Amino acid sequence: MSTSSVVPFRILPRLTEQNREFWQGGERNELRFWRCQDCAYYIHPPQPLCPMCFSKNMGVEAVCGDATLTSFSINYQPWMPGPELPYVVAIVEMVEQPGLRLTTNLVNCPIDQIRCDMAVQVIFEHHEDADGDIWLPLFEPRHLAKNEAS
Amino acid sequence: MTLDANSIIERRAAITGVGQSDVGRRLGRDPLELTLDACLAAIDHAGLTVADIDGLSTYPGPMATPAGFSGAGAYDVIDAMRLRVGWYHSGLETSGQLGSVVDACLAVASGLANHVLCFRSVYEGTAQGQAGRSSVMPGSGGDGGGFKASGFMQWNLPFSAPSAAIWIAMFAQRHFHEYGTTREQMAQIALNARKNAALNPKGIYRDPMTMDDYLAARMIATPFGLFDCDAPCDGATAVIVSRIERAQDLRNPPLRVEAVGTALHGRPSWDQFEDLSAMPNRDAGKQLWTRTEFKPADVQMLQAYDGFTWLTMSWIEALGLCGVGESGPFIEGGDRIARDGELPLNTHGGQLSAGRLHGYGFLHEAAMQMWRQAGERQIPKEVQVGAVAAGGGNTCGCLLLVRD
Ligand SMILES: [Zn+2]
Repeated sequence: MSTSSVVPFRILPRLTEQNREFWQGGERNELRFWRCQDCAYYIHPPQPLCPMCFSKNMGVEAVCGDATLTSFSINYQPWMPGPELPYVVAIVEMVEQPGLRLTTNLVNCPIDQIRCDMAVQVIFEHHEDADGDIWLPLFEPRHLAKNEAS
Repeated sequence: MTLDANSIIERRAAITGVGQSDVGRRLGRDPLELTLDACLAAIDHAGLTVADIDGLSTYPGPMATPAGFSGAGAYDVIDAMRLRVGWYHSGLETSGQLGSVVDACLAVASGLANHVLCFRSVYEGTAQGQAGRSSVMPGSGGDGGGFKASGFMQWNLPFSAPSAAIWIAMFAQRHFHEYGTTREQMAQIALNARKNAALNPKGIYRDPMTMDDYLAARMIATPFGLFDCDAPCDGATAVIVSRIERAQDLRNPPLRVEAVGTALHGRPSWDQFEDLSAMPNRDAGKQLWTRTEFKPADVQMLQAYDGFTWLTMSWIEALGLCGVGESGPFIEGGDRIARDGELPLNTHGGQLSAGRLHGYGFLHEAAMQMWRQAGERQIPKEVQVGAVAAGGGNTCGCLLLVRD
């Protein structure tokens, strides 16, 4: 499953026990975060202690994949090999919890239609890798049909 | 105010001398030599000798990457000058570049040293070579498919966002969205810097720039175009921080450190900071005013970090020099921040036009202006209260200087 037939070059994350669920959840079309099992607070990036209740009782749970676009930047500078220019870097906030945010790319959206606070949804870009496949969570406008798992 | 004046010990410290090496886009010189040039110049400027220096402080300490980010560490300079120090320190995890100056103030106030040599040295221009801006990015892998992102870069690099230009652009974009800030307003930071650099013999970009030039420049990462980004360079800046009792009969009148701001209340992260229309500097700025009877209205000059234009706007708001969200209208037209305006700003040209000397350039300029040694670019009015602010994101800190 990928957003297009040509998957752009990406520097991939090095998988660890802490980040594996986040980067590989897309295999099941799920965006997963660590979540405190005592106070239900989502924690990102992963850390061994809940910052709200200081519990170490962590689980991993999927969110629905809907988010709002907190901010964005249309990037024109060729910093490194990657997606075709220009591409859109974004910070999105998941609907489940204020402040549950990640940096991502906004895709499938004409650049003149991008607005802060617009509704977006997750879509996964699959990268095969010898160290373990990665599913990058990208986001697209929410009015588009949900991307179906293949 | 909850603190009694005796516990605000930065007031027992003063800036007594400043120095700077040659500055240029690509000098191709030994960065330690540039560092020592700046250090010797500052010691001499204060009216001291190397033997008087008994403390040393620097940001960020020795670092191999990003290339050119650190021209020398504390031990390099201690050894090169055979210093005998009662206290020394270097480090990256502090309240920005000026955190190293705050440390020095606390060291002299506590009696660990009398005269602390503080410095910041960069050679990003030479390190960048012909490879362009991208080559000085933290974490730019560039080795094809083998490189994997780890640490905090794993959350940015896979989305092709390796640069602070993009991370900070998203703050600026949020500010534009919430307050209606425009590129034409933000341009004033760049135009003002260029106008001032024309009068600075060490300025890097000294040709006039118009609003049309600014708007026509290629986009880097919206809302930042080329002229919203500072210029990597080579150069070193040094500052002497002296115990107030030892600062009295030196070459320059002491510039008292009236108050500092070092707070960090939000998450130390680019994308996890809770209010993307502000910056962590809002807490350092607020804290500074809890340590002094002076008020924002007393500030007669501001030298504030402009790694990207919008960062200067965020400092103007953080220091309460205008209301939250009002920095766009505040700088509109540029008159207010001009050398003869009510709040002269970045009078040496900032990092945008005088090179990314990384924080210390602003303190150097503040001191030169308050001593009325700034030559052609001297602010016409007498400046007795000046604010200096450096850094972006969680790396930020500020000082209020007073010439009694
Ligand atoms: Zn908890």
